[in-house]
Amino acid sequence: MAKNKKDTQKYVPVMGEEELALLTKLSNALAVSGEEQEVRAIVKDEVTPFADSVETDTLGNLLVTRHGTAEKRLRVMIAAHMDEVGFMLVDDEGNGIFEFRVVGGVDERQLAGKSIMVGRDHVPGVIGAKAIHLTTPDERKQTLRADQLRVDLGPGGSGKAKVGDRGTFATHLQVIGPSLRGKALDDRLGVFNLIQLVKHAPANVDLLAAFTVQEEVGLRGARVAAYSFNPQIGIAMDSTPAHDLPHFDGESNERYNTRLDGGPAIYLMDGATIGDRRLVNWLVETAQAEGIPWQFRQPNLGGTDAGAIHKTRAGVPSVSVSVPQRYLHSAAGLVRIDDCVNTLRLMWHALARLDASILLRQEN
Amino acid sequence: MTLNLKQHLKDLISAPGVSAYEDPVREIIAKAWKPYADQFLTTNLGSLCAFQFGTGDAPRPLVMIDAHMDAIGMMVTGIEDGFLRFTQIGGVDPRILPGQMVTVHGTLAGRHDLPGMVVMPAPFLLPPEAGSGPLDMKYLLVDLGLRPEEVARLVRVGDVISFAQQPMELDGETLAGHTLDNRASVAALTVCLETLSRQQHLWDVVAVAAAQEEVGGIGAATDPVKLKPTFAIVIDVTFASGPGSNGWRCSELGKGLPLTWGINDHPALYRALVNTAEEYDIPISREPAPSGSGTDAFDLQVVEGGIPVVEINIPLRYMHTPVEIVALKDIRRAGRLMAAFISDLPLDFMTTIQWE
Repeated sequence: MAKNKKDTQKYVPVMGEEELALLTKLSNALAVSGEEQEVRAIVKDEVTPFADSVETDTLGNLLVTRHGTAEKRLRVMIAAHMDEVGFMLVDDEGNGIFEFRVVGGVDERQLAGKSIMVGRDHVPGVIGAKAIHLTTPDERKQTLRADQLRVDLGPGGSGKAKVGDRGTFATHLQVIGPSLRGKALDDRLGVFNLIQLVKHAPANVDLLAAFTVQEEVGLRGARVAAYSFNPQIGIAMDSTPAHDLPHFDGESNERYNTRLDGGPAIYLMDGATIGDRRLVNWLVETAQAEGIPWQFRQPNLGGTDAGAIHKTRAGVPSVSVSVPQRYLHSAAGLVRIDDCVNTLRLMWHALARLDASILLRQEN
Repeated sequence: MTLNLKQHLKDLISAPGVSAYEDPVREIIAKAWKPYADQFLTTNLGSLCAFQFGTGDAPRPLVMIDAHMDAIGMMVTGIEDGFLRFTQIGGVDPRILPGQMVTVHGTLAGRHDLPGMVVMPAPFLLPPEAGSGPLDMKYLLVDLGLRPEEVARLVRVGDVISFAQQPMELDGETLAGHTLDNRASVAALTVCLETLSRQQHLWDVVAVAAAQEEVGGIGAATDPVKLKPTFAIVIDVTFASGPGSNGWRCSELGKGLPLTWGINDHPALYRALVNTAEEYDIPISREPAPSGSGTDAFDLQVVEGGIPVVEINIPLRYMHTPVEIVALKDIRRAGRLMAAFISDLPLDFMTTIQWE
């Protein structure tokens, strides 16, 4: 495979036109857990010229290896999940109306009154809601549950969708001032940043890039990807909630999890993993040395692919780094462009300064 | 030039025009109606009136065709840390708001149309009484994606918020989007004017894109004072049957036009309209409205000494959500029905629709 090694020694990440075009393509793609091929195809095209090997495993993970050239290279697995939350059509009621069930963690209160798309051809449709005029005050106090709502593709009967097709919100990525607003930024930002790492991998590591499937339904892709890669270090690049909104009663918000504009969020502990302290310190030291803004994600619940990776084989020291994001798993999330770029900067510099002794250190 | 109805309707629903803030859509409508209008008038409260004069001997009777142009929306009530609190203008079910794209029409530093999104704060940021179910509107916020100092520079309390869902073409010659209530009916007025511009009619016609229907028929209650119509046809949307909506108040999408039958509808005028529909093979049904119709007809009927009114409806799914669906076929039919009815009006028509 042809290998392009230019620019690997001095990489300054930016969000220019070209980068934004790729991120837009990734965000707008439809890849609900279990059917990730649209994103997989984009990633494959991007990384193949730079990789030593690219393969799709039995679950659909895209496993990309790029070897470094230095001696004593660590085998570093970095995972970013390709899948997103959405829904599957489960019953065809005729005339373009389908019953559906959600896939992954979607708050049912986000569903009503949305434009959606379904299937490989992105067939447009809506999830409607009963006219307010026809509802009773009691009804309006009840959540519109997924099993009460329907996907409506229009009454033409052209049969463009069928039971089993997957879909999600039909949101297009937009730049708004300092922010990006789009769907599936959890975790297409991670996918985007991992693509850039493959393209610009530092020479001192063997980069094992796992573009994983089925993260949203239980970290299932990362588990088998980590087994295949058998890495020495595991890192999940994901996105995590920024609950940095005002409190209704004016109290100070102490449980924000992360904040926009705070820089990459380094994980100490979530519901699935206690981050390896050596790796946590390595990331913090890198950020401080390079003057990159960073924040700890408040120790909390939730989980990333690291939760599967660190339990693989005899155990893999692992950590997660996330782009802070508001409104994950809804029609559109919101992130700061600076936070995306700084996350990539942090990861690149961390890899570039990584040496094998890190795993010999005792730190607590 | 023939009218491209689909594009026209997309243009209409893409223009903001929240009740009492109808200027942007009024401009779009005026431009679309210009080729078919002999004279324009904008009323005191902002309704757009386009006259097409008839060929009968003056003084000619005047038929008013009314569709409200205003949209439901929101208004900014407060700004906190760059997030906006808001209240509704017209009937908005807060359950359809979380995750909804909106445009905030900022006015503090000149006019800035800012893309925003309605968002739900996490439960720990809300008082316990907010509950785990649908959130009241007072708990919801709009996020503009801008830093707080920029929001404070551009937006103030009282700025208007519109829905921003892009129009979508769905299967079966249908269009989905926000504000199809009632821009679908405005488009039907355009079809009617276009048709009448190629047909002879004795009567004068005034097409009215009325203001402030969603907040209580304000345009309809005041426009006729200036216009003095002989009678009026009101066109609005009605409930199309579909998921969650069935029964006697709902009609099939794309299967014809329900004509309202209730207290607001002059029975003889109703019968005359039914006769025209039958003559021209335009499918219609009767939509019972035992009390008020909930449209401009309710207010128009009792202006000054009273005005004979009849109502044509266009079935529409998911009313007052940003993903309303309407069938283009129904809009064309409504335009054709009005044009046919008006073309056929004899100058002494009013003598034929007497009571008893």
